[in-house]
Amino acid sequence: MINFNLFVLPFSLGLLYLILKIGKDWYKWITTLSPVDKVKFTSGIRNPIQILISLKEVFFEVLIHRKMWKRNPLLGYMHMSFALGWFLLIVLGNIESRFYSGTHLNAPYYPIFLKFFIHDKLVIFFEVYAVPRFFRFIMDLLLLYILSGLLLAFLKRKKSKWFGMKQVTRYQLTDHVALTTLWLIFPMRLLAESFTAGYYGSGGGFMTQPLGNFLTWIVPLPTDLVAYTMWWGYSLVLGIFFVTLPYSRYMHIPTEVLLIFFRNFGIKPKKWYSGYSDTEVHSCSRCGVCLDICQMNLAGIHDSQAVYFIRDVRDKYVSEQISRKCLVCGRCQEVCPVGIHSDSLRLIKRRELSSGQDADYSFVSVSTVRTAEVVYFSGCMSHLTPSIIRSMKGIMEVAGVSYLHLDENRSICCGRPLMLAGKDRQAHDLVEFNKKLIRDARAGILVTSCPICYRVFKEEYNLPIRIQHHAQFLLELVRSGKIPLQSMHRRIIYHDPCDLGRGSHVYEAPRELLGKFSDLLISKEEKNNALCCGGSLGMFEADHQQRDLMTNGALDSLLTFGPEILATSCPLCKKTFGKMNRVPVKDLAELVFESIPDGRIRSASGSVSVPFHPELSSEAESI
Amino acid sequence: MNKSTIVVGGGIAGMTAAGELSRLGVEVTLVEQEQISGGHAACWDRLFPTRRPAEEVISFLREQTDSKVNTFSGRPVTEILHHESMFTATLSDGTILRGESLVLATGYDLFDASRKEEYGYGIYDNVITSAELEGWFKNHQPVRTKNGRIPSRVAFIHCVGSRDEKVGNLYCSKVCCITGVKQAIEVKEALPACDVYSFYMDLRMFDRNFEELYFEAQKNYGINFIRGRLSECSENEDHTLVVKTEDTLTGKPMKMIVDLVVLLVGFVPRSQNTQMLLKLKLITGNDGFLQPEDEHNGDNLTRIPGLFITGAVKGPVTIANAVADARATALQVYSFLHSNR
Repeated sequence: MINFNLFVLPFSLGLLYLILKIGKDWYKWITTLSPVDKVKFTSGIRNPIQILISLKEVFFEVLIHRKMWKRNPLLGYMHMSFALGWFLLIVLGNIESRFYSGTHLNAPYYPIFLKFFIHDKLVIFFEVYAVPRFFRFIMDLLLLYILSGLLLAFLKRKKSKWFGMKQVTRYQLTDHVALTTLWLIFPMRLLAESFTAGYYGSGGGFMTQPLGNFLTWIVPLPTDLVAYTMWWGYSLVLGIFFVTLPYSRYMHIPTEVLLIFFRNFGIKPKKWYSGYSDTEVHSCSRCGVCLDICQMNLAGIHDSQAVYFIRDVRDKYVSEQISRKCLVCGRCQEVCPVGIHSDSLRLIKRRELSSGQDADYSFVSVSTVRTAEVVYFSGCMSHLTPSIIRSMKGIMEVAGVSYLHLDENRSICCGRPLMLAGKDRQAHDLVEFNKKLIRDARAGILVTSCPICYRVFKEEYNLPIRIQHHAQFLLELVRSGKIPLQSMHRRIIYHDPCDLGRGSHVYEAPRELLGKFSDLLISKEEKNNALCCGGSLGMFEADHQQRDLMTNGALDSLLTFGPEILATSCPLCKKTFGKMNRVPVKDLAELVFESIPDGRIRSASGSVSVPFHPELSSEAESI
Repeated sequence: MNKSTIVVGGGIAGMTAAGELSRLGVEVTLVEQEQISGGHAACWDRLFPTRRPAEEVISFLREQTDSKVNTFSGRPVTEILHHESMFTATLSDGTILRGESLVLATGYDLFDASRKEEYGYGIYDNVITSAELEGWFKNHQPVRTKNGRIPSRVAFIHCVGSRDEKVGNLYCSKVCCITGVKQAIEVKEALPACDVYSFYMDLRMFDRNFEELYFEAQKNYGINFIRGRLSECSENEDHTLVVKTEDTLTGKPMKMIVDLVVLLVGFVPRSQNTQMLLKLKLITGNDGFLQPEDEHNGDNLTRIPGLFITGAVKGPVTIANAVADARATALQVYSFLHSNR
């Protein structure tokens, strides 16, 4: 008996196309990995432990959707019902089909359309055994499970708030086609199986059999013909879904598996677009979790959130403007259930698309005259907040730290603002100048007041010395008893700067420091969930009014907790919040300095610091 | 019939309006939160552009109001209510004033220069505001650094807190340009050996005799005008200051060491007004100053009949313009009181 019918063709051809397309894409992405990553990949796939770890993650994230569950139980249930439900339906369907065919080599379509093919078997013979009855039960149960998820998916499009989401992603045509066919697959399967069971009066499970009997009774058409049509429909929607999948958001399903393997093999985002970037881009499910948390909403910007930017990258029409319309605050990366590095992708595109006149910094020349163990680099932003510099100097005097203020009179930018603009070559000119200055000063430890500088020192400078933000440096001084502090009994709320918090994972040092002399409040949006102040140097496409809207939004959140002082550890955050004039904004260094008992502060003229003049040859020293 | 009005604010505009209305036979009550009337102008030594003593203008206005107008001073207004075409103003000591009309002449605040932290006001010893310098002139205090030295270089910084999106103030404060020119001349007169520099974006010499004074400053006094907005100030060990800017006429970054920095601070809307005005549901513009009903034909009118606004409560204004505006307001109030409401 040949188990074949013409209606299986749409499904089979669609599946064949899908397998070939995924194979081709995977091959392309693996072969376009950077040379280092290729080595990581080839050694990774030979390592059984890494494979096992990856498979475990695939199970938890792709099938169970653990992160979605944590975010919202309804969302988790919906995703798991589709993923795990369908997966089990395929696996168990395969096992079930073997009882009927008696062979291990079934055509791929056979388990899918099993109920069509087995009705002429000796049904009564099988009915006496428990195993087929079990399968019939379990397959109906799984189908019901998926259908319950489908109901939720439908509800989510109407009532996204129930799922913890205010906004849902705007889809493309291919997404709509894929979504419609996906949603039709399971109802079609239900109808096809039910009509078949109803026609034969047997062969259905607890759901399909009664439904089939009922449908046969109610539909005034020849049931066998209706059933056959339904099988055609079922095969067609499957086929169309498979063909559309690679061009829709559902490409994330197979791609995420590859991404999990890549990640577990130690492959990380690079500075330029590679096979890894392609894998990340195609792993985006457009779930829209990154939409609500984006502060650009407040500024009325709704076309450049991570999901839309990644969609544009995938479709290869991302514009320079869209790539530059982002705070690069990293909040979307924190919530992404797939773990896509959208900020890295954004910077990659900025590098590719960067246009306009390139500055030339070859005129800068540097030389240093002094050496010191502690080198203090205040950063150009701190020069706009001189109170921070003054506090740092005062504290170091009290603590008896002998230091060199590297950028006291003339500063060279750390390079990060240029990197955020996609101008890495120019940035690295500046990096080299600063590296020379730091090397020549024979610094053992480099302390900066600016998280922007701190991050770039850590990530790009490859300095063989300790690098600290002043939050960490001051905490060490306090811990070692070098700075006496008296409590100021003020209610303080701490704002995590993006580059120190999410960017460099320094969350505890500032809090421990503040806790030593103030009443530190806990806020809702803090640490990796902290809001951006709105002053981001990475944003090029927002005007002052739009920035103000974002800043006021962040302030609204912080001020809910009734602080007397808003503390931060970034001169840019300080200036940005300070502009709004809604609460006193102070840097950690200022607060520490204010908490030192008066008797312990020597006059500012007794400074240990010596004026220092790296020569910038072409800067005009006028008058 | 009793025609009465309450004038809130005893600065130039408030005093002028009160004096004019009193002459027109209206029963006027003038409220001033300070002990001394005259508003910001009372802190001035000499006025631009003619450098006439401010005292002359204020004593003229005091003659118009003293003993002719019922005055409550040293007590700020805490609440203004409008009910059944009567206005009630409550003072901080509980005094309640009533009137058929009310003129808001509450003026402005000076921009808090410490908000422009990069200029170091409140952090460095020798950074002062133009208001402080004017106070020195008024009190016959010599121009000296904090530690008593005679400055050999003084820098005036224009547009501090005005025309600056970074502090949220996009508007021009109008009077600072000419104030800077006047004060530069006065510093030079007091200290002929001192070099005086003015850092500006552009100079708006809009009114009569302004441009002439600017010319005089360059020609007769040798004031150096440098087109470049200050980026930051830093302090040396000896408490001299380094000002950093770009000379945009030569296109070069520049630094200069000076002994004293004077920040020309602009106007900002009065913060203590906010709650009071919110209750009256008066409309403010994007700049935070009060918005009149019609910028051309009703620029003293508000949405509430009988409530008038005058002077710097509507935005930066010179003394001459405040006087003219207040006179116009007085006429509006008079015709309102005599109309068939």
